[in-house]
Amino acid sequence: MDEIRIIEIKKSVFAENIQTADQLRARLKKEGSFLLNVMSSPGSGKTTTLTKVINLLKGELKIGCMEADIDSDVDAKTIAEKTGVESIQLHTGGMCHLDAEMTAQGLDGLQGKHLDLIILENVGNLVCPAEFDTGASASMTILSVPEGDDKPLKYPLMYQVCDLVVINKIDAISFFDFDMEKVEKNIRFRNPKATIIPISAKTGEGVDQLAAWIKKQVKNWKEN
Amino acid sequence: MHELGIVFYVIKEAEKVCKENHLTHVSKLTLEVGEVSSIVPSYFRDCWKWAVERSEYMKGCVLDLVVLKAITYCQDCKKTYSTVEHGKKCPYCGSERTYLATGNETLIKSIEAS
Repeated sequence: MDEIRIIEIKKSVFAENIQTADQLRARLKKEGSFLLNVMSSPGSGKTTTLTKVINLLKGELKIGCMEADIDSDVDAKTIAEKTGVESIQLHTGGMCHLDAEMTAQGLDGLQGKHLDLIILENVGNLVCPAEFDTGASASMTILSVPEGDDKPLKYPLMYQVCDLVVINKIDAISFFDFDMEKVEKNIRFRNPKATIIPISAKTGEGVDQLAAWIKKQVKNWKEN
Repeated sequence: MHELGIVFYVIKEAEKVCKENHLTHVSKLTLEVGEVSSIVPSYFRDCWKWAVERSEYMKGCVLDLVVLKAITYCQDCKKTYSTVEHGKKCPYCGSERTYLATGNETLIKSIEAS
């Protein structure tokens, strides 16, 4: 019988992904493309929000979009049709999140386009995408009014890892028991540093503030 | 929720270690999982059973899943307490200036291979 050897590994499961993510960040820095990771639950209005904000920014920044989903290409088509920016669809093959390696593969499809801003629309899910560093320069999460103001309490990690929380669908606030002060308190409890911007992707309210935030991030990143 | 994705990572890492050490089969793998790491052990075991049968190196590999207790540290009274029982608020002084000391890890500890 073969001799059994015990090998100590003592390695975090996420170690390799973090390494790949750091390599990706270095590569993006060299190429001069800012990568924004957009996360949220399904149906919070990611695609609608992105469509609006891209249209505000596309005159000043050269933008590309990567849409991650388990299947279909509806989001990539919507973005391409409504904004005219280069948009590619990534399929996660049944997986609930995108990791750094998948992101790197997606970026190959946008190479040589000299983009200032690449927006990554992650899989709609509040748990798994937060666990996996995609190599992004910044992360934002969208919380829509119908989901409730207690979401930051229920999904701690998602709110800890993001730089910006966008509160969407504020035009519908009178129909729901959604307390703006409470949601801000809940977000602060998880992440004192996060910026909070209330918007309505439908009416366009607040989208200019979101555009300004993104523009500032890209500018600061390019200067540092 | 993402147990299967993590199972794939663990298998990939174990296969890599096997190849580096010129071994061909892993019979047992020990994984340390924090109490608040968002991995559900029973889901993880189900995914494991399915996935190891699809790898030459891993067929029939036994999973030893060790759950590590989650401990939170209070920055105000400098005491530690069980995270699962008390959450973010320190049970000794009531402070919320606390952070998770251990309990969030997902660590491949060791493999037994031939």
